[in-house]
Amino acid sequence: MTASMPRPGDAAADRPSGPRLVTSTAPIIEIEGLAKRFGSLHVLNDISAMVSVGRVTAVVGPNAAGKSTLIKAILGMVRPDRGRILVNGLAVGRDADYRRGIGYMPQASHFPENLSGREVLAMLRHLRGPSAEYDEELLDTFALAPELDKQVRTLSGGTRQKLNAVIAFLFRPPLLILDEPTAGLDPVASGILKDKILRCRSAGASVLLSSHVMSELEELTDSVIFMLDGSIPFQGPRAELQRVTGEDRLERAIAALMNGVGR
Amino acid sequence: MRSTAKILRYQLRDVLRGRWVLVYTLLFLVMTDALFRFGGSGDRVVLSMMNVVLLLVPLVSIMFGTMYLYHAREFIVMLLAQPVDRTSLFLGMFGGMAFPLAGGFVVGVALPFLWHPWSGFGSALAVLLLTGALLTLAFVALAFLVAVQFEDRAKGFGVAVLIWLLSAVVYDGILLVLVASLWRYPLEQPLLVLSLLNPIDIGRILLLLEFDVAALMGYTGAVFNRFLGSALGKAVALTALVSWTVIPFLVGLRRFRAKDF
Repeated sequence: MTASMPRPGDAAADRPSGPRLVTSTAPIIEIEGLAKRFGSLHVLNDISAMVSVGRVTAVVGPNAAGKSTLIKAILGMVRPDRGRILVNGLAVGRDADYRRGIGYMPQASHFPENLSGREVLAMLRHLRGPSAEYDEELLDTFALAPELDKQVRTLSGGTRQKLNAVIAFLFRPPLLILDEPTAGLDPVASGILKDKILRCRSAGASVLLSSHVMSELEELTDSVIFMLDGSIPFQGPRAELQRVTGEDRLERAIAALMNGVGR
Repeated sequence: MRSTAKILRYQLRDVLRGRWVLVYTLLFLVMTDALFRFGGSGDRVVLSMMNVVLLLVPLVSIMFGTMYLYHAREFIVMLLAQPVDRTSLFLGMFGGMAFPLAGGFVVGVALPFLWHPWSGFGSALAVLLLTGALLTLAFVALAFLVAVQFEDRAKGFGVAVLIWLLSAVVYDGILLVLVASLWRYPLEQPLLVLSLLNPIDIGRILLLLEFDVAALMGYTGAVFNRFLGSALGKAVALTALVSWTVIPFLVGLRRFRAKDF
């Protein structure tokens, strides 16, 4: 089997064994038959999906489509009723070690309120154990240093969001999960973040992100997972999306999907 | 387990930074010291403190425990995105709350005994400290169970207060009514079992058995002296009290592991 001849079944076929050639379609996240309900509400309806290595995949869809629940299920924060998720070949829900390879930027900030930014960073470093290289680039480009000694509670929403971004990238994770990453950031900061995401992709990282800002997705995304009412009516690369909807621009293509085109 | 130790460390630092543990310690210190100054001898101070401990320790433990876990929600959510398993997290949080509370109580009550001359039961003081510490663990475990179970904070606090009222006040009232209305029947054994079902009653029994003032407790005291003797009675009561920590903790842990954040 060679990397120059990717066939559709390849990635799945050679996943279980050790080192392998990374083809462009190899999955870093595999989701099979995932179902979750909160009370009588089916938030995830037997969904299956795949996130490829080295690509930026966007989860899009209207509000309450199940995007956040999907992301939280991948992180192990929401326990699914059925189905399974593999991250880098490791099953989610057994132990927590697979999260070593994930950098997560939540939509809302979750910080222990009475710690300073510096203490939060020190705590996370200590928790993950010694690492060769921390990626503190964003700390400099966001010019966060003067804010780090203040208690997180006193920081503005945008600054907290920057701190979240720093944390997501800090351990150079092979998989980045970014939930509405630029919400609350000013244009300069969101530009910095987008550049960072693209640089990480070039360096081989995989990215799963959700966003409502279509212009931002236009710049970043290679693949789209479109969610609606807890199902995934469409998923695939941009070219495929364009073919199915006949729309060039991502915004119009997504709008077409919402209106039922391609189903 | 390594991450449990780490989480415990952060939580201890966090709890000690908020000064309320210090206030809690000083409260016991001042009360114990005052009892000495009002002319109490060692064992009378212990006996007076007993009633304070049996009411105050459970109340503070369950209220602070519930508040603390609700307050730590952000911290929990942040750590759940890290390679930390939920059991380590829950264990670390529990220790981070229960140890400072139990330690504050022990230090606050014990210190005045160092600078006041006293005579009496050294073992009584030991049992008082042990009972208070175990009651702290039990009510923090109950608090965690409540906070994990109820997403709504107001409801959680309500249930916490209810649990305290029930075990500190209402339960004994019910037993009293039971005894008064069924005085014709031999109630020793049912009463013994019923007392073991309430952690605060267990604490009281442990202390009174130690003081040899079981007569003060009248009926129940006689029952316990007769049925359990001394060594066996203590063993049974201690086991029951420890179960009040272990069982709520395990149920809470189970809920915590299955919870959606």
